[in-house]
Amino acid sequence: MIVQVVAFYLFSFLIVASGVMVISSKNPVHSVLFMILAFFNSAGLFILLGAEFLAMILVVVYVGAVAVLFLFVVMMLDINFVELRQGFLRYLPIGGVVAFILLAELLVVLGGWQLSAEAPTAIAAAAPAPENITNTHALGQLIYTQYIYLFQAAGIILLIAMIGAIVLTHRHRDGVRKQKISDQLKRRAEETVTLHKVPTGKGV
Amino acid sequence: MFDIGLSHYLTVSAIVFSLGICGIFLNRKNIIVILMSVELMLLAVNINLVAFSAELNDLVGQVFALFILTVAAAEVAIGLAIVVVYFRNRGSIAVEDVNMMKG
Repeated sequence: MIVQVVAFYLFSFLIVASGVMVISSKNPVHSVLFMILAFFNSAGLFILLGAEFLAMILVVVYVGAVAVLFLFVVMMLDINFVELRQGFLRYLPIGGVVAFILLAELLVVLGGWQLSAEAPTAIAAAAPAPENITNTHALGQLIYTQYIYLFQAAGIILLIAMIGAIVLTHRHRDGVRKQKISDQLKRRAEETVTLHKVPTGKGV
Repeated sequence: MFDIGLSHYLTVSAIVFSLGICGIFLNRKNIIVILMSVELMLLAVNINLVAFSAELNDLVGQVFALFILTVAAAEVAIGLAIVVVYFRNRGSIAVEDVNMMKG
Protein backbone atom coordinates (compact mmCIF):
# COMPACT_ATOMS: atom_id res chain seq x y z
CA MET A 1 0.00 0.00 0.00
CA ILE A 2 2.73 2.44 0.98
CA VAL A 3 4.52 1.66 -2.27
CA GLN A 4 1.44 2.71 -4.22
CA VAL A 5 1.15 5.96 -2.30
CA VAL A 6 4.82 6.80 -2.84
CA ALA A 7 4.55 5.87 -6.53
CA PHE A 8 1.44 8.01 -6.95
CA TYR A 9 3.05 11.08 -5.43
CA LEU A 10 6.27 10.53 -7.37
CA PHE A 11 4.48 10.15 -10.71
CA SER A 12 2.15 13.07 -10.04
CA PHE A 13 4.93 15.37 -8.96
CA LEU A 14 6.97 14.47 -12.04
CA ILE A 15 3.97 15.00 -14.33
CA VAL A 16 3.28 18.45 -12.90
CA ALA A 17 6.95 19.47 -12.84
CA SER A 18 7.56 18.36 -16.41
CA GLY A 19 4.30 20.06 -17.47
CA VAL A 20 5.64 23.32 -16.04
CA MET A 21 8.90 22.77 -17.91
CA VAL A 22 7.05 22.03 -21.17
CA ILE A 23 5.35 25.39 -21.17
CA SER A 24 8.24 27.42 -19.78
CA SER A 25 11.47 26.07 -21.22
CA LYS A 26 13.36 28.27 -23.65
CA ASN A 27 14.26 25.58 -26.13
CA PRO A 28 11.37 23.70 -27.78
CA VAL A 29 13.54 20.57 -27.97
CA HIS A 30 13.65 20.59 -24.17
CA SER A 31 9.88 21.10 -24.16
CA VAL A 32 9.43 17.96 -26.24
CA LEU A 33 11.74 15.98 -23.99
CA PHE A 34 9.84 17.11 -20.88
CA MET A 35 6.60 16.18 -22.63
CA ILE A 36 8.01 12.67 -23.08
CA LEU A 37 8.77 12.58 -19.33
CA ALA A 38 5.21 13.68 -18.56
CA PHE A 39 3.78 10.93 -20.76
CA PHE A 40 5.99 8.28 -19.21
CA ASN A 41 4.85 9.25 -15.74
CA SER A 42 1.20 9.29 -16.76
CA ALA A 43 1.73 5.78 -18.06
CA GLY A 44 2.89 5.00 -14.52
CA LEU A 45 -0.32 6.52 -13.14
CA PHE A 46 -2.36 4.40 -15.56
CA ILE A 47 -0.59 1.28 -14.32
CA LEU A 48 -1.41 2.29 -10.75
CA LEU A 49 -5.05 2.55 -11.82
CA GLY A 50 -4.94 -0.91 -13.38
CA ALA A 51 -5.12 0.19 -17.02
CA GLU A 52 -2.01 -1.57 -18.27
CA PHE A 53 -3.00 -1.64 -21.91
CA LEU A 54 -3.59 2.10 -22.05
CA ALA A 55 -0.29 2.69 -20.28
CA MET A 56 1.59 0.71 -22.91
CA ILE A 57 -0.35 2.39 -25.71
CA LEU A 58 0.48 5.77 -24.19
CA VAL A 59 4.17 4.96 -24.28
CA VAL A 60 4.03 3.51 -27.78
CA VAL A 61 1.83 6.16 -29.37
CA TYR A 62 2.95 9.28 -27.56
CA VAL A 63 6.62 8.62 -26.93
CA GLY A 64 7.13 6.50 -30.02
CA ALA A 65 5.15 8.48 -32.56
CA VAL A 66 3.88 11.86 -31.42
CA ALA A 67 6.97 13.01 -29.52
CA VAL A 68 9.26 11.86 -32.31
CA LEU A 69 7.07 13.75 -34.78
CA PHE A 70 7.38 16.87 -32.62
CA LEU A 71 11.14 16.45 -32.34
CA PHE A 72 11.40 15.96 -36.08
CA VAL A 73 9.44 19.11 -36.87
CA VAL A 74 11.20 21.22 -34.22
CA MET A 75 14.60 20.20 -35.51
CA MET A 76 13.68 20.38 -39.20
CA LEU A 77 12.30 23.90 -39.15
CA ASP A 78 14.98 26.53 -39.00
CA ILE A 79 13.31 28.95 -36.63
CA ASN A 80 14.62 31.66 -34.40
CA PHE A 81 12.98 30.53 -31.20
CA VAL A 82 14.27 33.47 -29.18
CA GLU A 83 12.12 35.77 -31.29
CA LEU A 84 9.10 33.58 -30.71
CA ARG A 85 9.52 33.84 -26.96
CA GLN A 86 9.02 37.59 -26.94
CA GLY A 87 5.92 38.48 -25.00
CA PHE A 88 6.34 35.52 -22.66
CA LEU A 89 6.56 37.79 -19.63
CA ARG A 90 3.88 40.09 -20.97
CA TYR A 91 1.37 37.25 -21.11
CA LEU A 92 2.54 35.65 -17.86
CA PRO A 93 0.11 37.61 -15.60
CA ILE A 94 -3.03 37.02 -17.66
CA GLY A 95 -2.13 33.41 -18.44
CA GLY A 96 -1.33 32.76 -14.80
CA VAL A 97 -4.57 34.39 -13.64
CA VAL A 98 -6.72 32.46 -16.10
CA ALA A 99 -5.03 29.15 -15.31
CA PHE A 100 -5.22 29.84 -11.57
CA ILE A 101 -8.92 30.69 -11.70
CA LEU A 102 -9.62 27.57 -13.74
CA LEU A 103 -7.61 25.42 -11.35
CA ALA A 104 -9.31 26.97 -8.32
CA GLU A 105 -12.74 26.34 -9.83
CA LEU A 106 -11.88 22.75 -10.66
CA LEU A 107 -10.56 22.16 -7.15
CA VAL A 108 -13.64 23.75 -5.58
CA VAL A 109 -15.79 21.44 -7.66
CA LEU A 110 -13.66 18.50 -6.58
CA GLY A 111 -13.81 19.52 -2.94
CA GLY A 112 -17.59 19.79 -2.75
CA TRP A 113 -18.34 16.67 -4.75
CA GLN A 114 -18.49 12.99 -4.11
CA LEU A 115 -19.65 9.93 -5.92
CA SER A 116 -23.13 8.95 -4.84
CA ALA A 117 -23.41 5.52 -3.31
CA GLU A 118 -25.66 4.15 -6.03
CA ALA A 119 -23.56 5.58 -8.88
CA PRO A 120 -21.87 2.29 -9.82
CA THR A 121 -25.22 0.58 -10.13
CA ALA A 122 -26.90 3.51 -11.88
CA ILE A 123 -24.70 3.36 -14.96
CA ALA A 124 -26.85 2.21 -17.85
CA ALA A 125 -24.71 -0.38 -19.57
CA ALA A 126 -21.66 -0.75 -17.40
CA ALA A 127 -18.95 -3.05 -18.66
CA PRO A 128 -17.30 -4.29 -15.49
CA ALA A 129 -13.85 -5.74 -15.92
CA PRO A 130 -14.32 -9.50 -15.81
CA GLU A 131 -12.39 -11.35 -13.15
CA ASN A 132 -9.30 -13.44 -13.84
CA ILE A 133 -8.54 -12.09 -17.30
CA THR A 134 -6.03 -9.37 -18.05
CA ASN A 135 -6.90 -5.76 -18.73
CA THR A 136 -5.83 -6.11 -22.38
CA HIS A 137 -8.01 -9.19 -22.83
CA ALA A 138 -11.04 -7.46 -21.33
CA LEU A 139 -10.54 -4.30 -23.41
CA GLY A 140 -10.18 -6.39 -26.55
CA GLN A 141 -13.40 -8.26 -25.84
CA LEU A 142 -15.20 -4.96 -25.38
CA ILE A 143 -13.71 -3.13 -28.38
CA TYR A 144 -14.11 -5.92 -30.88
CA THR A 145 -17.71 -6.65 -29.95
CA GLN A 146 -19.62 -3.69 -28.61
CA TYR A 147 -17.47 -0.89 -30.00
CA ILE A 148 -16.47 -2.39 -33.32
CA TYR A 149 -17.99 0.45 -35.38
CA LEU A 150 -16.23 3.09 -33.30
CA PHE A 151 -13.03 1.11 -33.66
CA GLN A 152 -13.41 1.08 -37.44
CA ALA A 153 -14.19 4.80 -37.40
CA ALA A 154 -10.99 5.42 -35.42
CA GLY A 155 -9.08 3.50 -38.07
CA ILE A 156 -10.65 5.60 -40.82
CA ILE A 157 -9.74 8.78 -38.93
CA LEU A 158 -6.13 7.63 -38.76
CA LEU A 159 -6.15 6.75 -42.47
CA ILE A 160 -7.57 10.18 -43.37
CA ALA A 161 -5.00 11.87 -41.14
CA MET A 162 -2.23 9.93 -42.86
CA ILE A 163 -3.48 10.81 -46.34
CA GLY A 164 -3.98 14.43 -45.30
CA ALA A 165 -0.48 14.76 -43.89
CA ILE A 166 1.02 13.24 -47.05
CA VAL A 167 -1.06 15.45 -49.36
CA LEU A 168 -0.20 18.56 -47.35
CA THR A 169 3.54 18.05 -47.21
CA HIS A 170 4.10 16.44 -50.60
CA ARG A 171 5.39 18.94 -53.11
CA HIS A 172 6.25 18.83 -56.74
CA ARG A 173 9.80 19.97 -57.41
CA ASP A 174 11.28 20.78 -60.79
CA GLY A 175 14.58 19.30 -61.79
CA VAL A 176 14.06 16.05 -59.97
CA ARG A 177 14.26 12.96 -62.16
CA LYS A 178 11.56 10.51 -61.28
CA GLN A 179 10.37 7.38 -62.93
CA LYS A 180 7.24 8.16 -64.93
CA ILE A 181 5.81 4.82 -65.85
CA SER A 182 3.16 6.16 -68.24
CA ASP A 183 5.83 8.01 -70.23
CA GLN A 184 7.92 4.88 -70.37
CA LEU A 185 5.02 2.81 -71.60
CA LYS A 186 4.05 5.43 -74.18
CA ARG A 187 7.43 5.29 -75.95
CA ARG A 188 7.42 3.58 -79.33
CA ALA A 189 10.38 2.29 -81.25
CA GLU A 190 9.65 4.67 -84.17
CA GLU A 191 10.08 7.76 -81.99
CA THR A 192 13.28 6.74 -80.35
CA VAL A 193 15.26 4.60 -82.76
CA THR A 194 16.53 6.16 -86.01
CA LEU A 195 18.48 4.29 -88.60
CA HIS A 196 21.32 6.06 -90.37
CA LYS A 197 22.92 4.95 -93.59
CA VAL A 198 26.61 5.30 -92.79
CA PRO A 199 28.85 5.74 -95.80
CA THR A 200 31.84 3.44 -95.83
CA GLY A 201 34.98 4.97 -94.42
CA LYS A 202 33.33 8.26 -93.31
CA GLY A 203 31.54 7.72 -90.02
CA VAL A 204 28.32 9.36 -88.92
CA MET B 1 -3.43 12.06 2.29
CA PHE B 2 -2.17 8.50 2.51
CA ASP B 3 -5.21 6.91 1.00
CA ILE B 4 -5.09 7.46 -2.75
CA GLY B 5 -8.58 7.79 -4.16
CA LEU B 6 -10.40 9.21 -7.12
CA SER B 7 -10.02 12.83 -6.02
CA HIS B 8 -6.22 12.58 -5.99
CA TYR B 9 -6.17 11.58 -9.64
CA LEU B 10 -8.74 14.24 -10.51
CA THR B 11 -6.59 16.87 -8.78
CA VAL B 12 -3.51 15.87 -10.76
CA SER B 13 -5.48 16.01 -13.97
CA ALA B 14 -6.95 19.41 -13.06
CA ILE B 15 -3.44 20.75 -12.46
CA VAL B 16 -2.18 19.37 -15.76
CA PHE B 17 -5.19 20.79 -17.62
CA SER B 18 -4.59 24.24 -16.11
CA LEU B 19 -0.93 24.00 -17.09
CA GLY B 20 -2.03 23.34 -20.67
CA ILE B 21 -4.29 26.42 -20.63
CA CYS B 22 -1.47 28.49 -19.14
CA GLY B 23 0.93 27.23 -21.83
CA ILE B 24 -1.40 28.39 -24.59
CA PHE B 25 -1.43 31.88 -23.08
CA LEU B 26 2.31 32.07 -22.42
CA ASN B 27 3.56 30.80 -25.78
CA ARG B 28 1.20 32.76 -27.95
CA LYS B 29 3.74 33.05 -30.73
CA ASN B 30 5.09 29.54 -30.92
CA ILE B 31 2.55 27.24 -32.48
CA ILE B 32 4.58 24.12 -31.74
CA VAL B 33 4.46 24.74 -27.99
CA ILE B 34 0.74 25.50 -28.31
CA LEU B 35 0.27 22.06 -29.88
CA MET B 36 2.24 20.54 -27.01
CA SER B 37 -0.02 22.32 -24.52
CA VAL B 38 -3.05 20.88 -26.29
CA GLU B 39 -1.46 17.45 -25.90
CA LEU B 40 -1.04 18.07 -22.17
CA MET B 41 -4.72 18.97 -21.90
CA LEU B 42 -5.74 15.79 -23.73
CA LEU B 43 -3.50 13.83 -21.38
CA ALA B 44 -5.31 15.37 -18.42
CA VAL B 45 -8.64 14.33 -19.93
CA ASN B 46 -7.33 10.80 -20.37
CA ILE B 47 -6.19 10.63 -16.74
CA ASN B 48 -9.69 11.73 -15.71
CA LEU B 49 -11.38 9.07 -17.83
CA VAL B 50 -9.11 6.27 -16.65
CA ALA B 51 -9.49 7.34 -13.02
CA PHE B 52 -13.29 7.21 -13.28
CA SER B 53 -13.06 3.92 -15.15
CA ALA B 54 -11.05 2.40 -12.32
CA GLU B 55 -13.26 3.91 -9.64
CA LEU B 56 -16.56 2.77 -11.15
CA ASN B 57 -15.14 -0.55 -12.38
CA ASP B 58 -16.40 0.22 -15.88
CA LEU B 59 -14.11 -0.47 -18.81
CA VAL B 60 -15.93 1.91 -21.15
CA GLY B 61 -13.89 4.81 -19.80
CA GLN B 62 -10.73 3.12 -20.97
CA VAL B 63 -12.24 2.48 -24.40
CA PHE B 64 -13.08 6.17 -24.60
CA ALA B 65 -9.53 7.12 -23.57
CA LEU B 66 -8.22 4.86 -26.33
CA PHE B 67 -10.28 6.73 -28.92
CA ILE B 68 -9.14 10.09 -27.56
CA LEU B 69 -5.57 8.87 -27.95
CA THR B 70 -6.27 7.98 -31.60
CA VAL B 71 -7.81 11.34 -32.36
CA ALA B 72 -4.98 13.16 -30.58
CA ALA B 73 -2.39 11.34 -32.69
CA ALA B 74 -4.26 12.21 -35.89
CA GLU B 75 -4.61 15.82 -34.77
CA VAL B 76 -0.89 16.15 -34.08
CA ALA B 77 0.00 14.64 -37.46
CA ILE B 78 -2.26 17.06 -39.35
CA GLY B 79 -1.26 20.04 -37.20
CA LEU B 80 2.45 19.50 -37.68
CA ALA B 81 1.94 18.93 -41.42
CA ILE B 82 0.17 22.29 -41.60
CA VAL B 83 3.02 23.91 -39.64
CA VAL B 84 5.60 22.44 -42.03
CA VAL B 85 3.68 23.64 -45.12
CA TYR B 86 3.17 27.06 -43.56
CA PHE B 87 6.86 27.38 -42.72
CA ARG B 88 7.79 26.35 -46.26
CA ASN B 89 5.59 29.07 -47.72
CA ARG B 90 6.20 31.92 -45.28
CA GLY B 91 9.50 31.15 -43.58
CA SER B 92 8.01 31.68 -40.12
CA ILE B 93 5.64 29.96 -37.72
CA ALA B 94 4.74 32.99 -35.62
CA VAL B 95 1.03 32.84 -34.91
CA GLU B 96 0.42 36.53 -35.60
CA ASP B 97 1.79 36.15 -39.13
CA VAL B 98 -1.12 33.87 -39.90
CA ASN B 99 -3.33 36.57 -41.38
CA MET B 100 -3.45 35.89 -45.10
CA MET B 101 -7.08 34.81 -44.92
CA LYS B 102 -8.09 37.95 -43.08
CA GLY B 103 -11.08 39.49 -44.86
